[in-house]
Amino acid sequence: MIVRRMFNTPNWGWRSPFDELELLRNRMNTLSRTLSGETPFQRSAGVFPLINVTEDKDYYRVRAELPGLSAEDLDISITGNSLAVSGERKISEEAKDAKYHRRERESGKFSRMIELPDHVDGEKVEAKMANGILTVVLPKAEAAKPRQIKVK
Amino acid sequence: MADIQVKEKQESTPSVEQTTPGRTFMPAVDIFETERDITLIADMPGVSPDHLDIDLRENTLTLVGDVAASESADEADVLREYETGKYFRQFTLSEVIDQGKIDAKLNDGVLRLSLPKVEKAKPRKISVQPG
Repeated sequence: MIVRRMFNTPNWGWRSPFDELELLRNRMNTLSRTLSGETPFQRSAGVFPLINVTEDKDYYRVRAELPGLSAEDLDISITGNSLAVSGERKISEEAKDAKYHRRERESGKFSRMIELPDHVDGEKVEAKMANGILTVVLPKAEAAKPRQIKVK
Repeated sequence: MADIQVKEKQESTPSVEQTTPGRTFMPAVDIFETERDITLIADMPGVSPDHLDIDLRENTLTLVGDVAASESADEADVLREYETGKYFRQFTLSEVIDQGKIDAKLNDGVLRLSLPKVEKAKPRKISVQPG
């Protein structure tokens, strides 16, 4: 039964036998990571900025690396349990006679929506910027907090 | 202005082995040159001024930035799209730099390093007097 659930029933509609191999490989990777206790790797959504979300008993914390941005450059809003972060990263113009050797830093507008796993108290959300890292602290809604149940 | 594209952090492979475990990343940089100086701008989010080390010796410029963990021990990961770690990058400079006038500023995780060039010795004309 377990085998059946892990690998699913064979799929007869493959495009190529390699697709199936790739799928198998991914599942084996997930399995080995889960067994070794590592955080399962989640594919990034491909939207700037990349974020990390953590939780503890009372809060969710959303972090993003936004070097060069200050609080005024950011627009953060919360609706229900979706958090929206948008802004623009500007790179200052340099002197006219400047000749570039390397240009790796990027500029432009961005906006991203993050769906939180549970309800949060929108009134008490706080955000701060420190050394180019944005931290948004979202208190969990009362209903979403774990509750200790006493056994009588 | 165009929308900004996602770029995964580049992991760096320093030639010298680190004594402390952890990952090392390459900061993205802009480098440009004018007649007077060379300017280097590096994105190092999470690095505070006292954790940044800039070293210039024998034409080799080394940048090392330490990042203190921002997460406390009782936080559990829900989603992890980026990793954090040290920053390390080295450059070889072709110009002679006036070491005394180097200026470094770190603001909001962006380092701006100004490296003034040494003034080249001006050619001197020697006039020969008829004797």
